[in-house]
Amino acid sequence: MDIDALLKRFPALQRDEKSDAVIAPCDIVMEVAEFLKKDSGYELDYLSNVSGVDYLPKEEKEELKKEEGEVETKIKEIPGYMEVVYHFYSMKNKGGLFVLKQRLMDRESPVAMSLMPLYRSAEFQEREVYDLFGIKFTGHPDLRRLFMWEEFEDFPLRKDYKEPDDYEYEPTAHDTVLEKSEANKSNK
Amino acid sequence: MDAPKPRDFKVYPHEDDPGRNILEIAMGPHHPSTHGVFRMDAKLDGETIVDLVPHFGYLHRNHEKLGEDLPYPAIMPYTDRLDYLCSMTNNWAYAHAVESMLDIEVPERAEYIRVIMAELTRLVNHMMLVGFFINDLGAIGTPLLYALREREKILDLFEWVSGARMMCNYFRFGGLRNELPPGWVEACQKLVDEFPAFLDEYEDLLNENEIIIARSQHVGVLSKELAINAGVTGPVLRACGVDYDLRKADPYGIYDRFDFRIPLGEVGDCFDRFMIRMLEMRESISILKQALKDLPDGEIMGKVSKTIKPKAGESYSRIESPKGELGFHIVADGTVNPYRYRIRPPSLINLTVLKDLCIGHKLADTIIIFGSIDIVLGELDR
Repeated sequence: MDIDALLKRFPALQRDEKSDAVIAPCDIVMEVAEFLKKDSGYELDYLSNVSGVDYLPKEEKEELKKEEGEVETKIKEIPGYMEVVYHFYSMKNKGGLFVLKQRLMDRESPVAMSLMPLYRSAEFQEREVYDLFGIKFTGHPDLRRLFMWEEFEDFPLRKDYKEPDDYEYEPTAHDTVLEKSEANKSNK
Repeated sequence: MDAPKPRDFKVYPHEDDPGRNILEIAMGPHHPSTHGVFRMDAKLDGETIVDLVPHFGYLHRNHEKLGEDLPYPAIMPYTDRLDYLCSMTNNWAYAHAVESMLDIEVPERAEYIRVIMAELTRLVNHMMLVGFFINDLGAIGTPLLYALREREKILDLFEWVSGARMMCNYFRFGGLRNELPPGWVEACQKLVDEFPAFLDEYEDLLNENEIIIARSQHVGVLSKELAINAGVTGPVLRACGVDYDLRKADPYGIYDRFDFRIPLGEVGDCFDRFMIRMLEMRESISILKQALKDLPDGEIMGKVSKTIKPKAGESYSRIESPKGELGFHIVADGTVNPYRYRIRPPSLINLTVLKDLCIGHKLADTIIIFGSIDIVLGELDR
Protein backbone atom coordinates (compact mmCIF):
# COMPACT_ATOMS: atom_id res chain seq x y z
CA MET A 1 0.00 0.00 0.00
CA ASP A 2 1.43 3.33 -1.04
CA ILE A 3 1.27 5.43 2.07
CA ASP A 4 3.43 8.25 0.67
CA ALA A 5 0.94 9.15 -2.03
CA LEU A 6 -1.80 9.23 0.55
CA LEU A 7 0.27 11.50 2.80
CA LYS A 8 0.85 13.83 -0.14
CA ARG A 9 -2.85 14.08 -0.84
CA PHE A 10 -3.81 14.64 2.79
CA PRO A 11 -0.98 16.60 4.42
CA ALA A 12 -2.72 16.49 7.79
CA LEU A 13 -2.14 12.74 8.01
CA GLN A 14 0.71 11.34 10.06
CA ARG A 15 2.60 8.15 9.62
CA ASP A 16 2.85 5.86 12.63
CA GLU A 17 6.30 4.33 12.32
CA LYS A 18 5.81 1.66 14.96
CA SER A 19 2.87 -0.13 13.43
CA ASP A 20 2.96 0.89 9.77
CA ALA A 21 -0.30 2.76 10.11
CA VAL A 22 -1.66 6.17 9.22
CA ILE A 23 -2.96 8.49 11.91
CA ALA A 24 -5.78 10.72 10.82
CA PRO A 25 -7.07 13.74 12.74
CA CYS A 26 -10.74 13.39 13.66
CA ASP A 27 -11.98 16.15 11.38
CA ILE A 28 -10.75 14.57 8.15
CA VAL A 29 -11.03 10.87 8.98
CA MET A 30 -14.32 10.53 7.12
CA GLU A 31 -12.83 12.20 4.06
CA VAL A 32 -9.83 9.87 4.14
CA ALA A 33 -12.00 6.79 4.58
CA GLU A 34 -14.24 7.83 1.73
CA PHE A 35 -11.22 8.38 -0.49
CA LEU A 36 -9.81 4.97 0.42
CA LYS A 37 -13.11 3.30 -0.24
CA LYS A 38 -14.08 4.95 -3.51
CA ASP A 39 -11.34 6.86 -5.33
CA SER A 40 -7.96 5.59 -4.22
CA GLY A 41 -7.83 2.57 -6.50
CA TYR A 42 -7.37 0.25 -3.52
CA GLU A 43 -11.12 -0.38 -3.25
CA LEU A 44 -11.01 -0.83 0.49
CA ASP A 45 -14.64 -1.84 0.72
CA TYR A 46 -14.34 -4.01 3.79
CA LEU A 47 -13.73 -2.69 7.29
CA SER A 48 -12.64 -5.79 9.13
CA ASN A 49 -11.86 -4.74 12.64
CA VAL A 50 -12.26 -1.76 14.95
CA SER A 51 -10.43 -1.77 18.24
CA GLY A 52 -9.66 0.74 20.90
CA VAL A 53 -6.31 1.00 22.65
CA ASP A 54 -5.64 2.95 25.80
CA TYR A 55 -2.19 4.39 26.51
CA LEU A 56 -1.53 5.71 30.00
CA PRO A 57 0.61 8.78 30.52
CA LYS A 58 4.17 7.69 31.18
CA GLU A 59 7.55 9.07 32.00
CA GLU A 60 10.52 8.37 29.84
CA LYS A 61 14.06 8.89 30.96
CA GLU A 62 16.27 10.66 28.50
CA GLU A 63 20.00 10.64 28.97
CA LEU A 64 21.90 13.65 27.73
CA LYS A 65 25.67 13.25 27.61
CA LYS A 66 27.70 16.29 28.42
CA GLU A 67 31.24 16.93 27.33
CA GLU A 68 33.04 16.07 30.56
CA GLY A 69 31.60 12.60 30.78
CA GLU A 70 28.74 13.67 33.01
CA VAL A 71 25.38 12.21 32.26
CA GLU A 72 22.30 14.28 32.82
CA THR A 73 19.02 12.44 33.01
CA LYS A 74 15.97 14.30 31.96
CA ILE A 75 12.52 12.99 32.65
CA LYS A 76 10.18 13.49 29.75
CA GLU A 77 6.49 13.18 30.36
CA ILE A 78 4.46 11.63 27.62
CA PRO A 79 0.78 12.39 27.97
CA GLY A 80 -1.73 9.57 27.80
CA TYR A 81 -3.98 9.11 24.82
CA MET A 82 -6.47 6.74 23.27
CA GLU A 83 -6.48 5.23 19.85
CA VAL A 84 -9.19 3.80 17.66
CA VAL A 85 -7.62 1.40 15.16
CA TYR A 86 -9.38 0.47 11.94
CA HIS A 87 -8.23 -2.48 9.81
CA PHE A 88 -9.30 -2.31 6.18
CA TYR A 89 -9.20 -4.93 3.46
CA SER A 90 -10.57 -5.10 -0.04
CA MET A 91 -12.97 -7.85 -0.99
CA LYS A 92 -13.00 -6.78 -4.62
CA ASN A 93 -9.30 -7.14 -5.38
CA LYS A 94 -8.41 -9.24 -2.29
CA GLY A 95 -5.98 -6.56 -1.15
CA GLY A 96 -5.08 -5.25 2.25
CA LEU A 97 -4.15 -4.67 4.97
CA PHE A 98 -4.48 -0.93 5.54
CA VAL A 99 -4.46 0.40 9.09
CA LEU A 100 -6.02 3.76 9.92
CA LYS A 101 -5.92 5.25 13.38
CA GLN A 102 -7.63 8.04 15.19
CA ARG A 103 -5.48 9.28 18.04
CA LEU A 104 -7.43 11.06 20.77
CA MET A 105 -5.30 13.15 23.07
CA ASP A 106 -8.08 13.85 25.58
CA ARG A 107 -7.91 10.62 27.58
CA GLU A 108 -10.58 11.54 30.10
CA SER A 109 -13.45 12.15 27.70
CA PRO A 110 -12.31 11.09 24.24
CA VAL A 111 -14.45 11.88 21.23
CA ALA A 112 -13.83 10.20 17.87
CA MET A 113 -15.50 10.36 14.50
CA SER A 114 -17.70 7.42 13.61
CA LEU A 115 -17.14 5.55 10.35
CA MET A 116 -20.53 3.91 10.65
CA PRO A 117 -22.15 6.05 7.89
CA LEU A 118 -19.60 4.58 5.46
CA TYR A 119 -19.14 1.09 6.87
CA ARG A 120 -22.00 -0.72 8.55
CA SER A 121 -19.52 -3.17 10.08
CA ALA A 122 -18.49 -0.42 12.48
CA GLU A 123 -21.97 -0.39 14.02
CA PHE A 124 -21.46 -2.95 16.78
CA GLN A 125 -17.70 -2.62 16.96
CA GLU A 126 -17.79 1.12 17.69
CA ARG A 127 -20.49 0.47 20.24
CA GLU A 128 -18.16 -2.04 21.84
CA VAL A 129 -15.29 0.46 21.89
CA TYR A 130 -17.61 3.00 23.50
CA ASP A 131 -18.75 0.41 26.01
CA LEU A 132 -15.33 -0.75 27.13
CA PHE A 133 -13.21 2.39 26.61
CA GLY A 134 -15.68 5.24 26.87
CA ILE A 135 -14.76 6.71 23.51
CA LYS A 136 -17.73 8.64 22.15
CA PHE A 137 -18.32 8.46 18.42
CA THR A 138 -19.92 11.47 16.78
CA GLY A 139 -22.11 10.48 13.89
CA HIS A 140 -22.99 7.06 15.27
CA PRO A 141 -26.79 6.82 15.21
CA ASP A 142 -27.19 4.31 18.02
CA LEU A 143 -24.36 4.69 20.51
CA ARG A 144 -25.31 2.53 23.48
CA ARG A 145 -23.40 0.10 25.63
CA LEU A 146 -23.06 -3.24 23.89
CA PHE A 147 -22.07 -5.74 26.58
CA MET A 148 -22.23 -4.06 29.98
CA TRP A 149 -25.59 -3.09 31.43
CA GLU A 150 -26.85 0.47 31.06
CA GLU A 151 -26.42 1.38 34.73
CA PHE A 152 -22.74 0.46 34.68
CA GLU A 153 -20.67 3.60 34.97
CA ASP A 154 -17.03 2.74 34.38
CA PHE A 155 -15.15 1.57 31.32
CA PRO A 156 -13.49 -1.78 32.04
CA LEU A 157 -10.80 -1.91 29.37
CA ARG A 158 -9.21 1.39 30.35
CA LYS A 159 -5.82 0.76 31.81
CA ASP A 160 -6.59 2.66 35.03
CA TYR A 161 -9.87 0.84 35.65
CA LYS A 162 -10.42 -0.31 39.20
CA GLU A 163 -12.92 -2.98 40.11
CA PRO A 164 -15.72 -1.61 42.24
CA ASP A 165 -15.55 -3.02 45.74
CA ASP A 166 -19.28 -3.37 46.15
CA TYR A 167 -19.74 -7.11 46.21
CA GLU A 168 -22.04 -8.43 48.85
CA TYR A 169 -19.71 -10.51 50.94
CA GLU A 170 -21.03 -13.67 52.43
CA PRO A 171 -20.77 -13.53 56.19
CA THR A 172 -17.98 -15.93 57.05
CA ALA A 173 -15.76 -16.57 59.98
CA HIS A 174 -13.01 -14.42 58.52
CA ASP A 175 -12.79 -11.12 60.29
CA THR A 176 -11.37 -9.06 57.45
CA VAL A 177 -14.14 -10.12 55.15
CA LEU A 178 -16.74 -9.31 57.76
CA GLU A 179 -15.24 -5.89 58.31
CA LYS A 180 -15.21 -5.19 54.62
CA SER A 181 -18.77 -6.29 54.29
CA GLU A 182 -19.87 -4.02 57.15
CA ALA A 183 -18.00 -1.11 55.64
CA ASN A 184 -19.67 -1.63 52.29
CA LYS A 185 -23.07 -1.84 53.92
CA SER A 186 -22.60 1.35 55.90
CA ASN A 187 -21.42 3.18 52.78
CA LYS A 188 -24.70 2.46 51.02
CA MET B 1 -59.74 -8.16 41.45
CA ASP B 2 -57.83 -6.55 38.58
CA ALA B 3 -56.19 -8.87 36.13
CA PRO B 4 -52.39 -8.74 36.44
CA LYS B 5 -50.87 -6.40 33.91
CA PRO B 6 -48.59 -7.95 31.34
CA ARG B 7 -45.08 -6.82 32.01
CA ASP B 8 -43.05 -8.61 29.40
CA PHE B 9 -44.35 -6.80 26.40
CA LYS B 10 -45.58 -3.36 25.44
CA VAL B 11 -48.30 -2.25 23.07
CA TYR B 12 -48.21 1.00 21.12
CA PRO B 13 -50.63 2.42 18.60
CA HIS B 14 -49.45 2.21 14.99
CA GLU B 15 -48.09 5.52 13.68
CA ASP B 16 -50.11 5.61 10.47
CA ASP B 17 -53.22 3.78 11.55
CA PRO B 18 -54.29 4.37 15.17
CA GLY B 19 -56.69 1.45 14.94
CA ARG B 20 -53.79 -1.00 14.72
CA ASN B 21 -51.37 -1.76 17.46
CA ILE B 22 -47.63 -2.44 17.47
CA LEU B 23 -46.65 -5.13 19.93
CA GLU B 24 -43.17 -5.25 21.37
CA ILE B 25 -41.98 -8.58 22.67
CA ALA B 26 -38.67 -9.84 23.94
CA MET B 27 -37.43 -13.00 22.25
CA GLY B 28 -34.96 -14.48 24.64
CA PRO B 29 -32.67 -14.54 26.56
CA HIS B 30 -34.18 -17.93 27.39
CA HIS B 31 -35.89 -18.65 24.11
CA PRO B 32 -34.82 -22.11 22.91
CA SER B 33 -34.13 -20.95 19.38
CA THR B 34 -31.53 -18.38 20.38
CA HIS B 35 -29.02 -21.16 21.16
CA GLY B 36 -27.68 -19.45 24.21
CA VAL B 37 -28.42 -16.28 26.08
CA PHE B 38 -29.28 -13.74 23.44
CA ARG B 39 -32.26 -11.42 23.33
CA MET B 40 -33.92 -9.61 20.49
CA ASP B 41 -36.68 -7.09 21.10
CA ALA B 42 -39.03 -7.42 18.16
CA LYS B 43 -41.75 -4.95 17.26
CA LEU B 44 -44.63 -6.65 15.52
CA ASP B 45 -47.44 -5.41 13.36
CA GLY B 46 -49.66 -8.45 13.51
CA GLU B 47 -47.22 -11.24 12.68
CA THR B 48 -44.82 -9.04 10.68
CA ILE B 49 -41.59 -7.69 12.11
CA VAL B 50 -41.33 -3.91 11.80
CA ASP B 51 -38.27 -3.42 13.98
CA LEU B 52 -35.80 -5.62 15.77
CA VAL B 53 -33.15 -4.67 18.30
CA PRO B 54 -30.59 -7.29 19.36
CA HIS B 55 -29.21 -7.19 22.90
CA PHE B 56 -25.89 -8.76 23.82
CA GLY B 57 -23.78 -9.23 26.85
CA TYR B 58 -25.46 -11.97 28.85
CA LEU B 59 -22.34 -14.09 28.56
CA HIS B 60 -19.86 -11.22 28.72
CA ARG B 61 -16.79 -12.00 30.78
CA ASN B 62 -14.34 -9.49 29.31
CA HIS B 63 -12.08 -12.05 27.76
CA GLU B 64 -9.93 -9.23 26.38
CA LYS B 65 -9.23 -7.85 29.85
CA LEU B 66 -8.32 -11.35 31.05
CA GLY B 67 -5.89 -11.61 28.17
CA GLU B 68 -4.07 -8.46 29.24
CA ASP B 69 -3.25 -10.04 32.59
CA LEU B 70 -1.90 -13.31 31.22
CA PRO B 71 1.36 -14.23 29.52
CA TYR B 72 1.04 -15.12 25.84
CA PRO B 73 1.08 -18.94 26.18
CA ALA B 74 -1.43 -18.86 29.05
CA ILE B 75 -4.09 -17.28 26.84
CA MET B 76 -4.26 -20.36 24.61
CA PRO B 77 -6.70 -22.38 26.76
CA TYR B 78 -8.94 -19.33 27.09
CA THR B 79 -9.34 -19.16 23.33
CA ASP B 80 -11.01 -22.59 23.47
CA ARG B 81 -13.87 -20.94 25.31
CA LEU B 82 -14.52 -18.33 22.64
CA ASP B 83 -16.36 -20.38 20.07
CA TYR B 84 -16.67 -23.53 22.09
CA LEU B 85 -17.66 -25.64 19.09
CA CYS B 86 -14.50 -24.79 17.16
CA SER B 87 -11.70 -24.72 19.70
CA MET B 88 -9.12 -25.95 17.19
CA THR B 89 -9.61 -23.04 14.79
CA ASN B 90 -9.61 -20.57 17.68
CA ASN B 91 -6.29 -22.01 18.81
CA TRP B 92 -4.95 -21.68 15.31
CA ALA B 93 -6.07 -18.09 14.94
CA TYR B 94 -4.32 -17.10 18.15
CA ALA B 95 -1.20 -19.15 17.43
CA HIS B 96 -1.09 -17.62 13.94
CA ALA B 97 -1.27 -14.11 15.39
CA VAL B 98 1.62 -14.63 17.80
CA GLU B 99 3.67 -16.60 15.28
CA SER B 100 3.41 -13.77 12.77
CA MET B 101 4.65 -11.32 15.42
CA LEU B 102 7.67 -13.44 16.31
CA ASP B 103 8.35 -14.92 12.84
CA ILE B 104 8.16 -18.46 14.18
CA GLU B 105 8.47 -21.21 11.59
CA VAL B 106 6.07 -24.12 11.89
CA PRO B 107 7.36 -27.56 10.79
CA GLU B 108 5.80 -29.23 7.80
CA ARG B 109 4.12 -32.05 9.69
CA ALA B 110 2.56 -29.65 12.18
CA GLU B 111 1.16 -27.56 9.34
CA TYR B 112 -0.52 -30.62 7.86
CA ILE B 113 -1.98 -31.69 11.18
CA ARG B 114 -3.24 -28.15 11.71
CA VAL B 115 -5.10 -28.27 8.43
CA ILE B 116 -6.57 -31.67 9.32
CA MET B 117 -7.78 -30.38 12.69
CA ALA B 118 -9.20 -27.20 11.21
CA GLU B 119 -11.15 -29.05 8.54
CA LEU B 120 -12.48 -31.57 11.07
CA THR B 121 -13.60 -28.59 13.12
CA ARG B 122 -15.35 -27.15 10.09
CA LEU B 123 -17.24 -30.43 9.72
CA VAL B 124 -18.25 -30.34 13.39
CA ASN B 125 -19.43 -26.76 13.18
CA HIS B 126 -21.37 -27.15 9.95
CA MET B 127 -23.05 -30.31 11.16
CA MET B 128 -24.17 -28.59 14.33
CA LEU B 129 -25.42 -25.63 12.32
CA VAL B 130 -27.32 -27.71 9.81
CA GLY B 131 -28.78 -29.94 12.51
CA PHE B 132 -30.01 -27.05 14.60
CA PHE B 133 -31.24 -25.19 11.54
CA ILE B 134 -33.50 -28.13 10.67
CA ASN B 135 -34.45 -28.33 14.33
CA ASP B 136 -35.54 -24.68 14.24
CA LEU B 137 -37.59 -25.41 11.16
CA GLY B 138 -39.68 -27.80 13.20
CA ALA B 139 -38.13 -31.18 12.48
CA ILE B 140 -37.37 -31.62 16.14
CA GLY B 141 -34.84 -34.23 17.03
CA THR B 142 -34.24 -36.72 14.26
CA PRO B 143 -32.13 -34.79 11.72
CA LEU B 144 -30.27 -33.06 14.55
CA LEU B 145 -29.38 -36.38 16.12
CA TYR B 146 -28.22 -37.74 12.78
CA ALA B 147 -25.80 -34.82 12.63
CA LEU B 148 -24.77 -35.15 16.25
CA ARG B 149 -24.11 -38.87 15.75
CA GLU B 150 -21.49 -38.07 13.10
CA ARG B 151 -20.12 -35.16 15.08
CA GLU B 152 -19.55 -37.51 17.98
CA LYS B 153 -17.12 -39.55 15.90
CA ILE B 154 -15.02 -36.47 15.21
CA LEU B 155 -15.12 -35.46 18.86
CA ASP B 156 -13.80 -38.92 19.69
CA LEU B 157 -10.85 -38.22 17.41
CA PHE B 158 -10.28 -34.88 19.15
CA GLU B 159 -10.42 -36.55 22.54
CA TRP B 160 -7.96 -39.18 21.43
CA VAL B 161 -5.41 -36.65 20.28
CA SER B 162 -5.83 -33.84 22.80
CA GLY B 163 -7.55 -35.35 25.82
CA ALA B 164 -10.63 -33.17 25.55
CA ARG B 165 -13.67 -33.37 23.33
CA MET B 166 -14.34 -29.67 23.01
CA MET B 167 -11.74 -27.65 24.93
CA CYS B 168 -8.86 -29.11 22.97
CA ASN B 169 -6.05 -26.61 23.68
CA TYR B 170 -3.94 -28.50 21.18
CA PHE B 171 -2.00 -25.80 19.33
CA ARG B 172 1.21 -24.22 20.50
CA PHE B 173 3.28 -21.37 19.10
CA GLY B 174 5.46 -23.02 16.51
CA GLY B 175 3.61 -26.30 16.32
CA LEU B 176 1.39 -28.60 18.31
CA ARG B 177 1.26 -29.90 21.85
CA ASN B 178 1.77 -33.60 21.21
CA GLU B 179 2.25 -36.09 18.44
CA LEU B 180 -0.72 -37.96 16.99
CA PRO B 181 -1.29 -41.20 18.90
CA PRO B 182 -0.63 -44.45 17.03
CA GLY B 183 -3.61 -45.49 14.96
CA TRP B 184 -5.09 -42.00 14.85
CA VAL B 185 -4.37 -41.36 11.19
CA GLU B 186 -6.01 -44.64 10.17
CA ALA B 187 -9.08 -43.85 12.27
CA CYS B 188 -9.29 -40.39 10.73
CA GLN B 189 -8.90 -41.87 7.25
CA LYS B 190 -11.76 -44.28 7.99
CA LEU B 191 -13.98 -41.40 9.12
CA VAL B 192 -13.12 -39.36 6.05
CA ASP B 193 -13.92 -42.31 3.78
CA GLU B 194 -17.25 -42.96 5.45
CA PHE B 195 -18.37 -39.37 5.79
CA PRO B 196 -19.58 -38.77 2.20
CA ALA B 197 -22.08 -41.61 2.60
CA PHE B 198 -23.58 -39.79 5.56
CA LEU B 199 -23.69 -36.56 3.58
CA ASP B 200 -25.47 -38.33 0.71
CA GLU B 201 -28.04 -39.74 3.08
CA TYR B 202 -28.51 -36.40 4.78
CA GLU B 203 -28.87 -34.51 1.53
CA ASP B 204 -31.37 -37.07 0.23
CA LEU B 205 -33.44 -36.48 3.32
CA LEU B 206 -33.27 -32.72 3.39
CA ASN B 207 -32.38 -30.97 0.16
CA GLU B 208 -35.62 -31.49 -1.67
CA ASN B 209 -37.77 -31.49 1.39
CA GLU B 210 -40.88 -29.42 0.66
CA ILE B 211 -41.06 -27.81 4.07
CA ILE B 212 -37.41 -26.74 4.05
CA ILE B 213 -37.79 -25.23 0.60
CA ALA B 214 -41.05 -23.47 1.42
CA ARG B 215 -39.78 -22.03 4.64
CA SER B 216 -36.25 -21.06 3.72
CA GLN B 217 -36.18 -20.06 0.06
CA HIS B 218 -36.44 -16.28 -0.44
CA VAL B 219 -36.52 -15.75 3.29
CA GLY B 220 -34.00 -13.31 4.70
CA VAL B 221 -32.35 -12.35 1.44
CA LEU B 222 -29.03 -10.60 1.99
CA SER B 223 -27.72 -8.44 -0.83
CA LYS B 224 -24.05 -8.51 -1.87
CA GLU B 225 -23.55 -4.81 -1.25
CA LEU B 226 -24.96 -4.86 2.25
CA ALA B 227 -23.03 -8.00 3.12
CA ILE B 228 -19.70 -6.47 2.13
CA ASN B 229 -20.48 -3.13 3.73
CA ALA B 230 -21.54 -4.77 6.99
CA GLY B 231 -18.37 -6.85 7.15
CA VAL B 232 -20.23 -10.15 6.98
CA THR B 233 -17.79 -13.01 6.41
CA GLY B 234 -17.72 -16.76 6.13
CA PRO B 235 -20.48 -18.92 4.66
CA VAL B 236 -23.06 -16.16 5.13
CA LEU B 237 -21.07 -13.89 2.81
CA ARG B 238 -20.41 -16.61 0.27
CA ALA B 239 -24.10 -17.48 0.19
CA CYS B 240 -24.65 -14.02 -1.37
CA GLY B 241 -22.22 -14.90 -4.14
CA VAL B 242 -19.12 -13.03 -2.96
CA ASP B 243 -16.02 -15.09 -3.58
CA TYR B 244 -14.06 -14.34 -0.43
CA ASP B 245 -12.60 -17.22 1.49
CA LEU B 246 -9.39 -16.46 3.34
CA ARG B 247 -8.09 -19.94 2.59
CA LYS B 248 -7.84 -18.76 -1.03
CA ALA B 249 -7.92 -14.97 -0.82
CA ASP B 250 -5.22 -14.57 1.81
CA PRO B 251 -3.76 -18.04 2.34
CA TYR B 252 -2.32 -18.87 5.73
CA GLY B 253 -0.69 -22.10 6.81
CA ILE B 254 -0.34 -24.37 3.80
CA TYR B 255 -3.79 -23.93 2.29
CA ASP B 256 -2.28 -22.86 -1.03
CA ARG B 257 -1.13 -26.47 -1.58
CA PHE B 258 -4.58 -27.98 -1.60
CA ASP B 259 -7.00 -28.23 -4.43
CA PHE B 260 -10.51 -27.32 -3.37
CA ARG B 261 -13.42 -25.26 -4.56
CA ILE B 262 -15.33 -22.48 -2.86
CA PRO B 263 -19.08 -22.97 -3.04
CA LEU B 264 -21.01 -19.77 -3.75
CA GLY B 265 -24.69 -19.01 -3.41
CA GLU B 266 -26.86 -17.11 -5.85
CA VAL B 267 -29.76 -15.58 -3.99
CA GLY B 268 -28.39 -15.09 -0.49
CA ASP B 269 -31.45 -16.47 1.28
CA CYS B 270 -31.64 -18.94 4.14
CA PHE B 271 -31.71 -21.89 1.77
CA ASP B 272 -28.44 -20.78 0.15
CA ARG B 273 -26.84 -20.39 3.55
CA PHE B 274 -27.95 -23.91 4.42
CA MET B 275 -26.73 -25.38 1.13
CA ILE B 276 -23.36 -23.60 1.36
CA ARG B 277 -22.66 -25.49 4.56
CA MET B 278 -23.55 -28.81 2.95
CA LEU B 279 -21.25 -28.09 0.01
CA GLU B 280 -18.43 -26.79 2.20
CA MET B 281 -18.46 -30.06 4.11
CA ARG B 282 -17.74 -31.89 0.87
CA GLU B 283 -14.82 -29.55 0.14
CA SER B 284 -13.49 -30.07 3.64
CA ILE B 285 -13.57 -33.80 3.03
CA SER B 286 -11.59 -33.26 -0.14
CA ILE B 287 -8.96 -31.21 1.73
CA LEU B 288 -8.81 -33.84 4.45
CA LYS B 289 -8.20 -36.59 1.92
CA GLN B 290 -5.31 -34.68 0.36
CA ALA B 291 -3.81 -33.76 3.72
CA LEU B 292 -3.97 -37.32 5.04
CA LYS B 293 -2.41 -38.62 1.85
CA ASP B 294 0.51 -36.18 1.96
CA LEU B 295 1.04 -36.12 5.72
CA PRO B 296 4.84 -36.14 6.13
CA ASP B 297 6.92 -37.45 9.01
CA GLY B 298 9.01 -35.17 11.13
CA GLU B 299 8.92 -32.79 14.03
CA ILE B 300 5.72 -31.26 15.34
CA MET B 301 7.33 -28.36 17.20
CA GLY B 302 9.53 -25.70 15.69
CA LYS B 303 12.31 -23.89 17.48
CA VAL B 304 10.68 -21.49 19.87
CA SER B 305 12.34 -19.66 22.73
CA LYS B 306 10.99 -20.47 26.16
CA THR B 307 9.81 -16.96 26.94
CA ILE B 308 7.42 -15.53 24.42
CA LYS B 309 8.21 -11.84 24.35
CA PRO B 310 7.32 -10.03 21.12
CA LYS B 311 8.88 -6.68 20.41
CA ALA B 312 6.78 -3.58 20.96
CA GLY B 313 4.44 -3.18 18.03
CA GLU B 314 1.10 -4.12 16.63
CA SER B 315 -0.16 -6.93 14.49
CA TYR B 316 -3.47 -8.00 13.04
CA SER B 317 -3.90 -11.45 11.60
CA ARG B 318 -6.92 -13.47 10.64
CA ILE B 319 -7.95 -16.95 9.60
CA GLU B 320 -11.07 -18.43 8.09
CA SER B 321 -12.87 -20.01 11.02
CA PRO B 322 -16.01 -22.01 10.21
CA LYS B 323 -18.13 -19.00 11.13
CA GLY B 324 -16.18 -16.37 9.25
CA GLU B 325 -13.10 -14.27 9.64
CA LEU B 326 -11.60 -14.69 13.08
CA GLY B 327 -9.00 -12.02 13.66
CA PHE B 328 -6.64 -11.19 16.48
CA HIS B 329 -5.31 -7.68 16.96
CA ILE B 330 -2.44 -7.73 19.42
CA VAL B 331 -0.55 -4.70 20.70
CA ALA B 332 2.71 -5.74 22.34
CA ASP B 333 4.77 -3.53 24.61
CA GLY B 334 7.84 -5.75 24.92
CA THR B 335 6.70 -7.61 28.06
CA VAL B 336 5.42 -11.16 28.46
CA ASN B 337 1.78 -10.01 28.53
CA PRO B 338 0.02 -8.45 25.59
CA TYR B 339 -0.69 -4.77 26.12
CA ARG B 340 -3.95 -5.01 24.24
CA TYR B 341 -5.54 -8.20 23.04
CA ARG B 342 -8.55 -7.86 20.81
CA ILE B 343 -10.57 -10.48 19.01
CA ARG B 344 -12.57 -9.82 15.91
CA PRO B 345 -15.54 -12.12 16.46
CA PRO B 346 -17.28 -13.24 13.27
CA SER B 347 -20.42 -14.15 15.25
CA LEU B 348 -20.94 -10.59 16.44
CA ILE B 349 -20.22 -8.84 13.19
CA ASN B 350 -22.34 -11.21 11.10
CA LEU B 351 -25.28 -10.26 13.30
CA THR B 352 -25.04 -6.61 12.16
CA VAL B 353 -27.40 -7.51 9.32
CA LEU B 354 -29.92 -9.41 11.47
CA LYS B 355 -32.28 -6.44 11.67
CA ASP B 356 -32.19 -5.84 7.92
CA LEU B 357 -32.84 -9.51 7.19
CA CYS B 358 -35.79 -9.82 9.55
CA ILE B 359 -37.78 -6.67 8.83
CA GLY B 360 -40.79 -7.49 6.70
CA HIS B 361 -40.79 -11.17 7.54
CA LYS B 362 -43.00 -13.09 9.92
CA LEU B 363 -41.96 -13.65 13.50
CA ALA B 364 -41.51 -17.37 12.87
CA ASP B 365 -39.03 -16.56 10.09
CA THR B 366 -36.69 -14.65 12.41
CA ILE B 367 -35.88 -17.93 14.10
CA ILE B 368 -34.76 -19.47 10.81
CA ILE B 369 -32.88 -16.35 9.74
CA PHE B 370 -31.14 -16.21 13.07
CA GLY B 371 -30.36 -19.91 12.90
CA SER B 372 -28.92 -19.64 9.40
CA ILE B 373 -26.41 -16.95 10.41
CA ASP B 374 -24.64 -19.31 12.82
CA ILE B 375 -23.45 -17.70 16.01
CA VAL B 376 -22.01 -18.94 19.26
CA LEU B 377 -22.59 -16.75 22.25
CA GLY B 378 -19.27 -17.59 23.86
CA GLU B 379 -17.51 -15.82 21.03
CA LEU B 380 -20.11 -13.11 20.52
CA ASP B 381 -20.17 -11.83 24.08
CA ARG B 382 -16.62 -12.78 24.95
